[in-house]
Amino acid sequence: MDQTLIFWTILGMAVVTYIPRLLPTLFLSGKTLHPFLTAWLRLVPPAVLAAMLVPSLLIREDVVTLGFDNLFFWAALIAFPVAWKFKSLSATVVTGMGLVALGRYLGL
Amino acid sequence: MAPNRFCFKGAKRALPIVLGYVPIGFAYGVLAGKNGISEINTLLMSLVVFAGSAQFIAVGLFASGTGAAAVILTTFVVNLRHLLMAAALAPYLSGWKRRHLAFFSFQLTDESFALHSLKATELWERQAEALSLNITGQFSWVMGTVLGIVASGLIGDVKPLGLDYALAAMFIGLLVSQCKDKIRVITALVSGGIATALYLLGFHQFHIILATVLGASLGLGVERWIKH
Repeated sequence: MDQTLIFWTILGMAVVTYIPRLLPTLFLSGKTLHPFLTAWLRLVPPAVLAAMLVPSLLIREDVVTLGFDNLFFWAALIAFPVAWKFKSLSATVVTGMGLVALGRYLGL
Repeated sequence: MAPNRFCFKGAKRALPIVLGYVPIGFAYGVLAGKNGISEINTLLMSLVVFAGSAQFIAVGLFASGTGAAAVILTTFVVNLRHLLMAAALAPYLSGWKRRHLAFFSFQLTDESFALHSLKATELWERQAEALSLNITGQFSWVMGTVLGIVASGLIGDVKPLGLDYALAAMFIGLLVSQCKDKIRVITALVSGGIATALYLLGFHQFHIILATVLGASLGLGVERWIKH
């Protein structure tokens, strides 16, 4: 692989990642947003997290798969109550990874 | 409290992120090494891009021989959600110096955003704590990456360790902490459903940003409808 090309690509990735992170804080900091916009922005975190998470749990090779061969889905069914009960990110991560590792060890 | 007390408090608040970032950064370092990305480039990405899911996606794209322009565009789309997160926090950052805002934004991730948004109304007076939380987070991400780079020569496969589940597990923990009321639960369900449907329809990069906008809008619509 051409590492020089990868190097320049990474710098490009850094720029396009930083701009959307930076512009709102520079131009909106301390501004009072319209109450409607504030109410909407408040729902962005649950929306974006679910949008990234749910497809990765349900879809295997472009098909919704809920059988035991989809370990990610079954591990999530246990990781969700663990997250709810213990309110701990690390407990959730350790439980999730442990379950997936265990499932593979058992040959599921 | 003295500023160093605030720094310590920020680092302490970052602990759950650290415990998530070290294994995920490790998984990223291992996967990058396994896919033929040099050690320097693997480390560089964690230092200058610092966006977990985008870094995993980029490793996959580099491995499949995708061109530079497509990798950069994909990164842009996947990370565009930070625009919404930065906009959500911005009103609470009144009185911050521009250079501090610039630094704070650079280290804004899904995880740090989730923690900051839990105490958003106090952000304007807790600058040292917020920055220290961010720095601790990226430091642990970089350390995880370094460990992964070292280990990638020693580990045959990441799957028996469940490392490829680290990112999803972290999203589960963050999502549950965000679901403080019924409306947020509904928003998450709607957004997750839309994202899944869009992905199945072939929107493999834009599904996240589209589902976020639609999910938050529909959630707000449901909330207004219940109130009236």
